Amino acid sequence: MKIIILGAGQVGRTAAYHLAREEANDVTVVDTNDHLLRDLQDRLDIRTVAGNAAHPNILELAGAATADMVVALTNSDEVNMVACQVAWTLFRTRTKIARIRSLAYTGHEGLFFDTDSPPPDGAGFPVDVYISPEEIVTQYIERLIRYSGALQVLEFADGRVRLVGVKAVKGGPLVGQQLRSIREHLPNVDARVVAIYREGGSILPEGDTIIQHGDEVFFLAATEDMRKVMVELRRVEDAVKRVVIAGGGNIGLRLAQRIEDRYQVKLIERDQARARRISETLRSTVVLHGDAADEELLIEENIDSADVFCAVTNAEESNILSAMLAKRLGAHRVMALINRPAYAEMMQSGSIDVAISPQSVTIGSLLAHVRRGDVVRVHSLRRGAAEAIEAIAHGARGSKVVGRRVEEIKLPKGATIGAIVRGQDVIMGHHDTVVEEGDHVIVFLTDRRHVEAVERLFQD
Amino acid sequence: MSFLAIQRILGLLLVVFSLTMLPPVGVSLFYGDGSHGAFLAAFAALVAIGVLVWLPARRDRRDLRLRDGFMVVTLFWAVLGIAGALPLYLSPQPAVSATDAIFESVSGLTTTGATVLVGLDALPRSILYYRQQLQWLGGMGIIILAVALLPMLGVGGMSLYRAEMPGPVKDTKLTPRITQTARMLWVVYVSITAACAAGYLLAGMEPFDAVGHAFATVAIGGFSHYDASIGQFDSRAVEMVAVLFMLVGAVNFGLHFTAWRSGRFDAYWRDPECAAFLKLMVGLSALTLLYLLLAGDYDDTLQLAADGVFQAVSIATTTGFTTSHFHHWPAGLPVLLLFASFVGGCAGSTAGGLKVVRCLLLVKQGRREIVRLVHPTAEIPVQLGGRAVSLRVVDAVWGFFAVYVGVFTVLMLAMMATGLDQVTAFSAIAATLNNLGPGLGEVALNYASIGTVGKWICVLAMLLGRLEIFTLIILFTVTFWRK
Repeated sequence: MKIIILGAGQVGRTAAYHLAREEANDVTVVDTNDHLLRDLQDRLDIRTVAGNAAHPNILELAGAATADMVVALTNSDEVNMVACQVAWTLFRTRTKIARIRSLAYTGHEGLFFDTDSPPPDGAGFPVDVYISPEEIVTQYIERLIRYSGALQVLEFADGRVRLVGVKAVKGGPLVGQQLRSIREHLPNVDARVVAIYREGGSILPEGDTIIQHGDEVFFLAATEDMRKVMVELRRVEDAVKRVVIAGGGNIGLRLAQRIEDRYQVKLIERDQARARRISETLRSTVVLHGDAADEELLIEENIDSADVFCAVTNAEESNILSAMLAKRLGAHRVMALINRPAYAEMMQSGSIDVAISPQSVTIGSLLAHVRRGDVVRVHSLRRGAAEAIEAIAHGARGSKVVGRRVEEIKLPKGATIGAIVRGQDVIMGHHDTVVEEGDHVIVFLTDRRHVEAVERLFQD
Repeated sequence: MSFLAIQRILGLLLVVFSLTMLPPVGVSLFYGDGSHGAFLAAFAALVAIGVLVWLPARRDRRDLRLRDGFMVVTLFWAVLGIAGALPLYLSPQPAVSATDAIFESVSGLTTTGATVLVGLDALPRSILYYRQQLQWLGGMGIIILAVALLPMLGVGGMSLYRAEMPGPVKDTKLTPRITQTARMLWVVYVSITAACAAGYLLAGMEPFDAVGHAFATVAIGGFSHYDASIGQFDSRAVEMVAVLFMLVGAVNFGLHFTAWRSGRFDAYWRDPECAAFLKLMVGLSALTLLYLLLAGDYDDTLQLAADGVFQAVSIATTTGFTTSHFHHWPAGLPVLLLFASFVGGCAGSTAGGLKVVRCLLLVKQGRREIVRLVHPTAEIPVQLGGRAVSLRVVDAVWGFFAVYVGVFTVLMLAMMATGLDQVTAFSAIAATLNNLGPGLGEVALNYASIGTVGKWICVLAMLLGRLEIFTLIILFTVTFWRK
């Protein structure tokens, strides 16, 4: 697939990295910053074009005439929207994805339209899919706060199924037990462990695998059952009441807005004017003006009784430091937004409970559109090493999936069919389950290099 | 520096190169000239060495880094020079020393076209064919061929591509994937070569000569099957076909690709470098004609026109074909043409020299300094095709020019130290560093008489010229090796 990525910012670079490492994609990145592009081209096998991403001549240079997809990820909503418009009007590019940050645009019905099913009057911006990384990350953090104890909570099939990553803790009833005993522990719950990570490596979960303290366990379960499974892997934890958010930027503010009705929220913002402004939009959140790495301030605000401390400023280093400080001062669970994969790796194994990598959270929503086969959703896990894919099974005769039992489907190494969603029902993927037409099949891949093999299965 | 990764790729490249020994075997058997043994032996030796180098490192999966790229390319060109010499050395005819074989092989691969062989007309056809093939492979770059054939070079392929591709700006890819870009370049190269061979056939060459000379023309090489070079054919039609394809070969192949794909042939004229190159060629040909006319040595005006244009284009594009004894032309003219070869062809072409775009930038900067003297506070960017050229590129061009002149001086003095006269030393280094071929004085026809040390200096100059100096010289700096 020929893909043009507009904008070589944080999100654009990650997208380029993920897309270019798949042999089938030809990636061109457009940005105004020459230096960024040169640096990017040194590392990835892509083409770069310097210039304004919305200008027709630049898009033409980038190969828009033959491109299958334009992904507009610049930091300006307006440039992204215009770029999609130009790509559609002049080049008839089929798929146009834009990053639209502002709620003022996304909140309006009918402003954007999908060019595969255009409105009769053809009015609006031809943006097939818009994504808001801030929104996605905010939702993700919200889920992490709600399911305290989870490292990752990912949704499939419109939220009917969830994939949860949990660190097993001594004292959880299942810890130290064989995996197959999960049936005895939870007779009425259908859950499936799809992967276990131990000391950096992955273990293929089998019936006699014993869960150990410190393992990262990924399981799939229907949304209503997930709490029951989590309790099996960790001691019961108190429900979350008090949340402290460090950083009142885009994500901090959105997060506070979403959760302030459910928890007691305090938000620390460094810039006084910004603190004033967000305090006006928030109802019950206490907005504090100060430095989140200021020990006095944290103690003053009873950090030791906080259930969750969440550092979401723009500066990852300060997120790391303030989260570590909060942990030392007694915050129960600390999370930090960390961009660099290397930092995230270092931190999650040590002093910070959850390292949130905004890129790998957002990249999934992009990847779903690049995949061949009818792929609904892709989640990137373990910093891009593993992937969970939700695909729809199609095709009557000769299909590699439909009409076959799970054990008959030829999956690549390290891949497991976790669950099948049929209409409203969630069925766990047992060896004798037969896949039917229209089923949403959730496949978990411990090694993303086999992604193409899985795609091929779901291609007609 | 990941030596294992370098070793693995070197091994692979050698195996790829060994395959190029097979076509001459076919030629040898077809014409029954009895030289196939040498090529088969060379083939076996190269495959064996390649596999032996590759085996211990085959499991290494590390990507090439930027630095490794320079290392691989330089090492490979050095190894290639020796490997390519094997069949020449092994074959009973020509009976040459190792030095001469390596000189000939490097001269071929770097598309220089300087030869130490005398009596080409009597050599086995497979050897003649092999020399032309060396030029053709070296023209677009055997490493770029390898990048096109071996997709697993991946990102590392870019660093190899950059180290081998001539020109000041090397980041422009024709297609997003480097493998594809390399493939496209080769497709363009092969098509132009085929067209050139067809042209020669129509102009009356026999097929063997047509293909061989097409190889050397499009590669801007200059090897011929005959001691008299293109002059052997004594045909105006052949000369004009040669002029056309020397011009085509000296234009950026990326430009050929974009012009053909879009079907817009005004792209040639709109590209500032190509336009400057064409103007330069027209101007130089006109000047040569004028000079010859005024000197009045010729009886036949048509002959004069053909010789003048042919020789001007051949020398200025750094091809090095000859039709007449141009070194006997009136005083300033041979030196003028030799100086023109310093400008050479366009970046990203198969030609040598400083490259037109660099010279264009140097001239523009000179002009800027003049304007600055008049308007001391003016902001004057250096522009190329309506776009400002980044300071980094401008700096790099100056740096390159300085090093080029420096290297030229040192090598020329070294040549004189071996006992050669100034004209010979000057022209020999100019002709080898610019990948031109024939010089003046003692090296006007061939390089057989310049002595072993002189030949090795020329080998070095040819490699420096083909790899645009920096790629090679960087290996001799402390910074490169510092951890």
